[in-house]
Amino acid sequence: MARVTAGVGCSHVPAIGVAMDTGITEQPYWQPVFEGFKKSREWMKEQKPDVVFLVYNDHCTAFDASCIPTFALGCAAEFKPADEGWGPRPVPVVKNHQKLASHIAQSVILDEFDLTIMNEMEVDHGLTVPMSVMFGQHGVDDEWPTLVIPLAVNVVQYPAPTGNRCYQLGKAIRRAIDSYPEDLNVVVFGTGGMSHQLQYKRAGLINADWDQRFLDLMTEDPKAASQIQHLEYLRETGSEGIEMVMWLVMRGALDEDVTEVHRHYHVPASNTAVGHIILENQT
Amino acid sequence: MTGPSKEYDDIPGTFVFDADRSREGYHLNQFCISLRLGKNRDVFNADQESYLDKYPMTPAQRQAVLDRDWNELLQLGGNIYYTSKLAANDGITFQDLAAMMTGVSRDEYRDMMLHGGRSIDGNRYKSEWENE
Ligand SMILES: [Fe+2]
Repeated sequence: MARVTAGVGCSHVPAIGVAMDTGITEQPYWQPVFEGFKKSREWMKEQKPDVVFLVYNDHCTAFDASCIPTFALGCAAEFKPADEGWGPRPVPVVKNHQKLASHIAQSVILDEFDLTIMNEMEVDHGLTVPMSVMFGQHGVDDEWPTLVIPLAVNVVQYPAPTGNRCYQLGKAIRRAIDSYPEDLNVVVFGTGGMSHQLQYKRAGLINADWDQRFLDLMTEDPKAASQIQHLEYLRETGSEGIEMVMWLVMRGALDEDVTEVHRHYHVPASNTAVGHIILENQT
Repeated sequence: MTGPSKEYDDIPGTFVFDADRSREGYHLNQFCISLRLGKNRDVFNADQESYLDKYPMTPAQRQAVLDRDWNELLQLGGNIYYTSKLAANDGITFQDLAAMMTGVSRDEYRDMMLHGGRSIDGNRYKSEWENE
């Protein structure tokens, strides 16, 4: 059977991708950001997932304002890195496990989560930056060492789905994966955050204490994290900090009790607090 | 904005891009996202006025585009992920755009981020900004 073995929470700041693509990760500004992912890459090499279920958001790249699905599951055979206005990132095309993706779609829709199904989609830095930091640099002609099922969540137009809805969807995704007959090691990624505001006069807002408490809750009390209201995210973590609801999909897909094997937190990467956590299921 | 007050209206220095803003900013944002592609940027940069004719935005939105008035664009329903595509066309990064929107120099802004960012203390409620 397919099993969910671990979850990864990870910011997806575009500038991190730029730093990797331009080879400046050893510069003093970036070194502490990447230092915290060294252990993660080693962990990932041992973990060897067959499939990564990757929860992220599109930043007005593949989706424009004409169509704003709350949850969109990538069911295409592959997903090309999108041109976000400065050319596509020089990273491999993302390949799907299409059969598992369709199984998840069918299962969670019958479980009353009404997903949008994407049979054509390009992916932006929200997906490719977490892949790069966790798997290291891979060039265009290379392949990612795992298949990826993308789930795009609307966090751009208010309201994003509630934290609780994301958490419950994670549980439904877990039930779907648990019922898939092929023997697969699945790792779930929740991406985005942490505290950041990119716009208007409060841009640059960071709330490190709040972020650390959120990381604590990810490990110890996900139920409490799932009850955080949108207004709290907006006020305490900045208008773009609300991306953190996507971590709750990941957390919902894990066991209630998990082991925290790694944590990394650093300010700043561009305008954003970088947060990262690795949680393993104990069973 | 029209309509009843919203629970997030008292957050200072912030626009929450809700359905009302999305509706007002629709054509502006659709214009901005078109600049994601190089072929469109070439056409826009060759003749901005006639490119803008294709998007039925309000005169105020159009003027804010031409003036690159970044805060006004947000005021008029633009969203940062869209307006940043116009900024990218002009060679302005997210961080430099943030400096412009907050009215400080790029060095000052970068320095603030290197020292932990803008503190949450004093920046939760509009009432805390009133004495400025
Ligand atoms: Fe994001």
